[in-house]
Amino acid sequence: MPHRKNTADAVPERMPTPATVTIPMSMHIGAPAVPVVKVGDSVKVGQLIASPGGFVSSPVYASVSGKVKRIDDMLMSTGRFMKAVTIESDGEQAVFEGIRPPEVTDLKTFLDAVRDSGVVGLGGAGFPTAVKLSVKDLSQIEAVIINGAECEPYVTSDTRTMLDDVDWIADGIALLQKYLEVRRVVIGIEANKPRCVKAMEAMASGMTGVEVKALPPMYPQGGEKVLIYNTTGRVVPEGKLPIDAGAVVINCTTLAAVAKYIKTGMPLVEKVVTVDGSAVREPRNVIAPIGASMQSLFDFCGGFKSEPKKVLYGGPMMGIAVPNTDFPVMKNTNAILALDEKDAVLPEPTACIRCGSCVDACPLRLMPAAIEAAYNKRNVDKLRALHANLCMECGCCSFVCPAKRMLVQTNKLAKGLIAADNAARKAEADRKAKEAASMPGKEAAAK
Amino acid sequence: MNELTVSVSPHLRSGRTTRKIMLDVLIALCPALIASVFIFGWRSLLLTGVSAAMCVLCEYVWEKLLKQPVTVSDLSAVVTGVLLAFNVPSTMPVWELLVGDAVAILCVKMLFGGIGCNFMNPALVGRVVMFFSFTADMTNFPAPAGTVDALSSATPLALIRAGSIGWSELPQILLGVHGGVLGETCAVALLLGGVYLCARRVIKPIIPLAYLGSCLLFMWIFGSPQPVLAIFSGGLLLGAIFMATDYVTTPTTDLGKLIFGLGCGLLTALMRCFASSAGAVTFSILLMNLVVPYINDLTAPKPFGGVEAK
Repeated sequence: MPHRKNTADAVPERMPTPATVTIPMSMHIGAPAVPVVKVGDSVKVGQLIASPGGFVSSPVYASVSGKVKRIDDMLMSTGRFMKAVTIESDGEQAVFEGIRPPEVTDLKTFLDAVRDSGVVGLGGAGFPTAVKLSVKDLSQIEAVIINGAECEPYVTSDTRTMLDDVDWIADGIALLQKYLEVRRVVIGIEANKPRCVKAMEAMASGMTGVEVKALPPMYPQGGEKVLIYNTTGRVVPEGKLPIDAGAVVINCTTLAAVAKYIKTGMPLVEKVVTVDGSAVREPRNVIAPIGASMQSLFDFCGGFKSEPKKVLYGGPMMGIAVPNTDFPVMKNTNAILALDEKDAVLPEPTACIRCGSCVDACPLRLMPAAIEAAYNKRNVDKLRALHANLCMECGCCSFVCPAKRMLVQTNKLAKGLIAADNAARKAEADRKAKEAASMPGKEAAAK
Repeated sequence: MNELTVSVSPHLRSGRTTRKIMLDVLIALCPALIASVFIFGWRSLLLTGVSAAMCVLCEYVWEKLLKQPVTVSDLSAVVTGVLLAFNVPSTMPVWELLVGDAVAILCVKMLFGGIGCNFMNPALVGRVVMFFSFTADMTNFPAPAGTVDALSSATPLALIRAGSIGWSELPQILLGVHGGVLGETCAVALLLGGVYLCARRVIKPIIPLAYLGSCLLFMWIFGSPQPVLAIFSGGLLLGAIFMATDYVTTPTTDLGKLIFGLGCGLLTALMRCFASSAGAVTFSILLMNLVVPYINDLTAPKPFGGVEAK
């Protein structure tokens, strides 16, 4: 698989403040945030505009200073509508007066600060970091793994964090050691980033309990389960969380963002975004305010050198295609790619020749072609037996398939089929339980 | 704003295609074809060309008649045609070969749903049909051009059984200057093709090595007078490298491939030592083709972190 880390040497550059930003209330896994501003309100950089909508949620802050122009529904890349706050920038970028470092003295205040930072999994998953770090029993944590693998082709924003924000990462590790009582920290980096490995090793040499592991540069090295196995040798069982294997995995940029908030009080309002792809004139890393449109980032990168035919959030293996370039940069956006016609058009699938490439390629040792066959027969039991739910949708099977089968797509559908069947089974069980409860006489007779 | 394509990830695909794989197989078959022209004359080339054309034609006509998408450009029919031609003597009447081609493509491949759906190797079934339909023509092995000695027209396997062959014959056997079907005789050319396929990662060497190794071992155990020479004789190399490695009719996992290769080796050794050796390789592979679904079930990989459902 090609690496295409064209922008690895591109020091992030700050783009001009866009005229407007549109900030969705859901840039994380969990309940959407609830707006606390009204149309017409004046806001400043770092000011809270939406508070968490539940425990698994995250607050949202203004990324520009100006006036709230609209609060309405916008179409998300998932195809669903989501409330979003649109702010018209005044160009001042005035910082909110209330910005001050949080008081962190113990685990509780640390977790509160992480929550208030607005930081979610910045590697792409968007899982609220405070929830991830809320481990009931701290002794369960055998190792914290800092994910610097960055295995997706093109993407270099984590690379830049490891080169440019060493101090923030060091601060973050110190915080974890202090408040989560972490004894072992492993930084996992793909060996195709020797400068990052060196920078992290230099940092680790001045700390205790921190080790750097250079991993083979092989997609999907940064997949959570893969990374845990390759750094600690532990296997996360199906349906369990990394903590059940004694591990907490946190992306390096995520950790740096947490540390930055605790030191400065400035929550997550901007992101380093890799802008690349065959249609982009000047690929580079851009510091973009959250909510800036993709188009404004492409414009900052010299526009397009050829007509873009596909635009993605994230890398080409797991990235999400969007229908236009008005979509905003979100908290978990690490890259946006614009692909020209040659890269955008996918080959037509042909018949499976049972070559077994997909089985060899699957990092979780699944049988994608067998899952496809079972899905085509809507055989839910077989799909369960094949562990279709384990699939992390990394895309390796579709990548290698010589017949160009859409194996990932089918596996997603298979998961949906299993979920629907689970729901139907549960409804049936509930109905039976209800029936039994309403007819006590029959039950007694049966006895 | 122009139209953007929206599709499910991944948005990046490898350059491998079915067509490129089949093309690699054809390239790997070229040394044996060239050797065959040198050993048996131009008729080898004629038969190979006609056979490939017939297979493509059968697939094309079938798909046209059934209004299915035409798939002949994937070159799999060409591979079947070439392999089938490799399994007949250079003196085979053309029409008989055409019958074999039609059976292979129409009955074995297309009737079961086309590429990827056949449960037995089409070329081998075609060969069996020809073997029983045209036994005399299929077993009339011509002498290589310009040779007159005993090994010329008799196949080495027959001579090994008769005990009238020794190590001095090894170079002749490796070069393939002896009687046999047109693509099987030149061991050096076939091995060259096998190395090419492995180097291009079209096949893994597991099945050929397991097949050849176990066949050698079992023939030695069963008391064959010349097990080593027997490995390089008959259709064993052609079968082990090009037939027993067909994706569709062989197991998926490495362990499955190993079992498949061992099974082929045992069956071939049994047939060669205790039955008529003609067609031993063909029948061994076909029999093993039939148990592939069971081997696949037995050797399914255990998912990473998988927990058995209750």
